[in-house]
Amino acid sequence: MNQDHLVAELKRLAVKAPDGVASNVLVGTGIVDGYVRRSSVLGDLLVAFGTNGVTAVELAGDPGGFVATYEQRFGKRAVPVDRVPPVIARHLDTAIVAGRPGRLPVDLDRLTEFQAAVLRAAATIPRGEVRPYGWVAKEIGRPGAVRAVGSALASNPVPVIIPCHRVVRADGTFGDYSLGDPSNKRRLLVAEGLDVAAFEERAAHGVRFTGSDTTGVFCHPTCRHARRTGVGHRVEFASEDEARAAGYRPCKVCRPVAA
Amino acid sequence: MSPDDLAAALAQDLDTAFPDLVRTLQDGVFSGALRMVGNRHDAEEIAQEAFLRAYRALRQYPATRIRELNPGAWVWTIAVNLCRNHHRTRSRRPVTTELSVDPAGTGRGPETVALDHELGDRLAAELRHLSFPMRSAVVLRHVVGLPIDEVAAALDRPIGTVKADVHRGLARLRTRLQEVSL
Repeated sequence: MNQDHLVAELKRLAVKAPDGVASNVLVGTGIVDGYVRRSSVLGDLLVAFGTNGVTAVELAGDPGGFVATYEQRFGKRAVPVDRVPPVIARHLDTAIVAGRPGRLPVDLDRLTEFQAAVLRAAATIPRGEVRPYGWVAKEIGRPGAVRAVGSALASNPVPVIIPCHRVVRADGTFGDYSLGDPSNKRRLLVAEGLDVAAFEERAAHGVRFTGSDTTGVFCHPTCRHARRTGVGHRVEFASEDEARAAGYRPCKVCRPVAA
Repeated sequence: MSPDDLAAALAQDLDTAFPDLVRTLQDGVFSGALRMVGNRHDAEEIAQEAFLRAYRALRQYPATRIRELNPGAWVWTIAVNLCRNHHRTRSRRPVTTELSVDPAGTGRGPETVALDHELGDRLAAELRHLSFPMRSAVVLRHVVGLPIDEVAAALDRPIGTVKADVHRGLARLRTRLQEVSL
């Protein structure tokens, strides 16, 4: 083989970079955000993230629409990537299944302080339980802002992971949901083991709290302490006043009356 | 985009121009890394890490300094260091190298492609038998196609030394390939 032939052969050892390199680099620098696909009870989800954590979750039906809405909302392009920062990779699937962030970093810095506070409060509601909008308002120290809480939850950018589906109307109807069809809210709650029919029936009869006559404590009806009360010992209340008048005190876990 | 234009654009607005830098350089950086370290997975890691380090460094640099850079050669100084470190750790705990699976050129019969492919594979394998200084010089000069002064800058060695390395590297490759084909 002569020199020219060898040089030509070396030149042919040049190849194209794999598709993911540019996207992974630009996401790593923070110039653009990345998104990946994950499965869930509601079907496939697109999960977007920036350098500070997960920024958005959307149903995977329309990636083009997702990217457009994302850019409009956050002023950043989102590109599909095949590589996820280790801390997100480690905790993302758990967070989706559990319906809470856990150790998954979620970036709420791009939201207003009020909305971030609402979402942090919603994130504390345990799996399979629900709380009314008014409870969230009280938890964040803004008891009068029930409607604003409703809009903040309706525009939750990270549904499923921040479980806004666990916040329902005081009358026991489920209300709107930020991820696709409103019935998705019920589907998620059923998948979490909430006895939706029983909850709705009780709420329809005006029951807002249930207490135990052995402990003298009253709870939200779906609180785990309320659910383990034996049927013979369960007392139902239509309001906080009614429960207090009967000599009951609020549960310290589900805080039916937030401090 | 010429290196000067790219440098000027980076100096003016880093976040707008950086994607252009990645697009312009990614094939070269990946190819070079692939031929220096010998497998696609590590080459991909190295290419990505090199660009990320480049970005972090550019964030710190004043515009005047960025404008004077030759972006391609400069990214290569970072990438070569990563390849060299990789080479050092790997030579302490060697692993089996995978066979190249690069697509061959188009428009040729299967036999020719097979032959070419074989030659490419053998050449890639022989490259890995060169010492790192020689291999990196040959790869940067002839696979990536950098001018000799940029090769010298990327390797941080005198032009004369680098020229000699390229020359001796090519000679060694030729001998090895002839030996094997006998």
